[in-house]
Amino acid sequence: MGQESPLLSIQHISKEFYGNVVLHDVCFDLKAGEILGLVGENGAGKTTLMRILFGMPVIADTGGYKGAICIGGEEVHFSNPFDALDAGIGMVHQEFSLIPGFTTTENIVLNRESMKASLLNEVFGDRMSILDRADMRKRAESAIDKLGIKLDPDMLISEMPVGHKQFTEIAREINREKTRILVLDEPTAVLTESEAEVLLKALRHLAELGIAIIFISHRLHEVIEVADRIVVLRDGIAVKDTPAKDVSVRDIASWMVGRTVAAERANDISGKQFGDEILKVEHLWVDMPGETVRDVNFSIRKGEIFGIGGLAGQGKLGIPNGIMGLFPGGGSVQLHGKTVALNEPRLALEMGMSFVSEDRRGVGLLLDESLEWNIAFTAMQIQGRFLRPVLGGLFKLRDEEGMRVITDEYVKALDIKCTSPKQKAKELSGGNQQKVCLAKAFAVRPDLLFVSEPTRGIDVGAKRLVLDTLNRYNKDYGTTIVMVSSELEELRSICDRVAIVDEGRIAGILPPHAELAEFGLLMAGERSAAAKEAVDA
Amino acid sequence: MSGKRSFGRFIQENAVALIFLIITVAAIKPSGLSLEYIGQEMIARLGRDSFLVLALLLPIYAGMGLNFGMTLGAMSGQIGLIFAINYNITGVDGLVFAALAGLPVSILMGYICGIVLNRAKGREMVTGYILAYFIDGIYQFFVLYMMGSVVPIKNPAILLSRGYGIRNTLNLEGVRQSLDDFFLLKVGAFTVPILTFLVIAALCVFIIWFKKTKLGQDMRAVGHDMAVAEAAGIPVDRTRIIAIIISTVLACFGQIMFLQNMGNIATYNAHTQTNFFAVAAILVGGASVKKATIPNVFIGVILLHILFVVSPRAGQNLFGSAMVGEYFRQFIGYGVIALSLVLYAWRTRKANERARESLRGPAAAAAAAGGAK
Repeated sequence: MGQESPLLSIQHISKEFYGNVVLHDVCFDLKAGEILGLVGENGAGKTTLMRILFGMPVIADTGGYKGAICIGGEEVHFSNPFDALDAGIGMVHQEFSLIPGFTTTENIVLNRESMKASLLNEVFGDRMSILDRADMRKRAESAIDKLGIKLDPDMLISEMPVGHKQFTEIAREINREKTRILVLDEPTAVLTESEAEVLLKALRHLAELGIAIIFISHRLHEVIEVADRIVVLRDGIAVKDTPAKDVSVRDIASWMVGRTVAAERANDISGKQFGDEILKVEHLWVDMPGETVRDVNFSIRKGEIFGIGGLAGQGKLGIPNGIMGLFPGGGSVQLHGKTVALNEPRLALEMGMSFVSEDRRGVGLLLDESLEWNIAFTAMQIQGRFLRPVLGGLFKLRDEEGMRVITDEYVKALDIKCTSPKQKAKELSGGNQQKVCLAKAFAVRPDLLFVSEPTRGIDVGAKRLVLDTLNRYNKDYGTTIVMVSSELEELRSICDRVAIVDEGRIAGILPPHAELAEFGLLMAGERSAAAKEAVDA
Repeated sequence: MSGKRSFGRFIQENAVALIFLIITVAAIKPSGLSLEYIGQEMIARLGRDSFLVLALLLPIYAGMGLNFGMTLGAMSGQIGLIFAINYNITGVDGLVFAALAGLPVSILMGYICGIVLNRAKGREMVTGYILAYFIDGIYQFFVLYMMGSVVPIKNPAILLSRGYGIRNTLNLEGVRQSLDDFFLLKVGAFTVPILTFLVIAALCVFIIWFKKTKLGQDMRAVGHDMAVAEAAGIPVDRTRIIAIIISTVLACFGQIMFLQNMGNIATYNAHTQTNFFAVAAILVGGASVKKATIPNVFIGVILLHILFVVSPRAGQNLFGSAMVGEYFRQFIGYGVIALSLVLYAWRTRKANERARESLRGPAAAAAAAGGAK
């Protein structure tokens, strides 16, 4: 039977970015009509794998990949996404790539419109042909029919509910004659539960028509529901390739996050004493593009290190950015019982909160200025420190001496590697830049410190140092710290409590020593199950 | 409730045109001009200006905003006319010759403009505006120094007395209103230049047809979202260049039609405000940076020019000085452009805010709770 040879075969794919291995020897096959669930944490390599499969130029630009991709038994090499499209691979992206002012039909047949030749073709080429709207509509309808759903072919995308946009996008891929393999990257992320169900049904309908589907989702129960087989990626390795039949959400969650070596816990928190409530957040929403916070509630006690984790794009970064007023937001935030005015970064700083941004080079540093300037800057602007009055307070001048002293102090304390405190911030390495950001925040002597992705893009040794610094600062000065990070291990190693954000809401708050699977479940949006189990634990 | 809201929406979307309509109607009475006179003026001015304003449409479809770079086309048209006078080709033949001579120049100009604008995506309007000044310098150099010295000009009547360079003002006697007068028709009290209107109608038909072509569809797609269009395999940069080239060529033809009606060329000034008045007209007609239609063009030309006709007289009668009206004309022109750009920015921000409202906590929470179980 034709089923014997796989339609798509991924063979020993490895990929590294500048010595950093992101995929290692990944193999799996996909048969026609099969639905493959591909799961993994952020950074597990899903996106890179799909980029390779889709011939994205970024892969070739960074040195290509090892291994082979075979379609229908023949090895293929794609140099750009259009080659992949020609070979019959369709991709539905996380963000909609639809034109809002166009109708469903126009979007489905975008750049593949049916045309009637006109005289001018001879002179000016095919682009002067007249569109055959009736035929376009017919083709769009047949693609919609294949999906087995209802869509109005004449409706404008901008007037559609999100679910319909997703269907339109899938219909567009199906409309391509050749599409045999369909890749869906988090197609249900923006859908409501009932919309997602319709989508899953449509996918099964497509599979019956013989289209092979790769379904990427972090909603594990959906993966189990729809997939025939599940491949779990962890740290670039396909750790599991199993039929979906008798697998539970909990199994997948633990495969996803499970590390062979348990994270060592640097300090014991059992003896730690916390003070009164310092921060109370209720119904916070933040409009940060790509990291939307929808409805977040939590409360932190003085002296705590509070971790916020979760997958990328779920809104964890939006929380500190919103509270510090960098992106428009609303809801109620109270510090020491006093309401924090949102959307006013200066007021937030004046109230004694400080923020080490994930956008180090953009927001965090004055790249062209010296370390002295960088470290003293916020304290000077907000608290008027490092300024000395001249002529009886008529003017204020910079206190260069004071700035040097404090810079020397932090250079020593944080082991910032620099030639002198006058060196420009942009000349430092990533890890040292991060330390300067921390020093800048510490210099304000905040009551509450937000650190966002403090270890992103820095090497292992520097990571340890940054984490230790945070820990020490917390212990020595009793500073309350809210740390946002994509790296679960990191959160578990220094935080007293870890909240997991999913779809703009806090899915649950766990103690750091909770089982990894619990965290996995929360990230996978299995809120109810995990919450119940958290109570039991 | 919904009727009220859609009425509000209508006011908001047509604010510029409505404000203009009110000012214009209010100024008709004090001007003391008869409706017949205004009507005849409008017929003449529609024939004179519509083609130029229609040239703005395609770049708006392609999402490039108002093509302030159309001045490049106007200059090309003038160069064509200068050659027509030089060879003393008269009548409609002269105009056709001017158009043919201007065509390659305007295609080249449009190509240059398109390339520059592709490097300034999102800032097309201001770039086009400045580019028009830059090319104006080259035009002056060409016409003032090259013509008669490097480029042979055999008609001494159009040369400066020093032997090279073109005179400040050229008389277009040979081609003056040749298009308009080719076929005049008396309709009631009005005289209508039929051929001129036929040419304009042909352009409208072309634009309508063009929108139905594959290229027109691609242009719309590019105008809505460049990234999506690119991902779908539409050659975005090329499509944008084509839009600008067509617009520049149309502006070239438009300027020739404009000047044959005027009857003379101010060699170094005629083109300087072409883009300004065309843009003001289309905005007055209710177009925006993102959206424009053929009716916008005609409504705009009529409204703007009624004001131009009546405001000096109204100024004379009300304030005792025609200069007040003249001043009013400039003020209104620039004011309209500024107002509609500001309104557009404001509307975009409002729309974003509306979209953001759906993210607010309690509402979002309620919606999620409704959808979750």
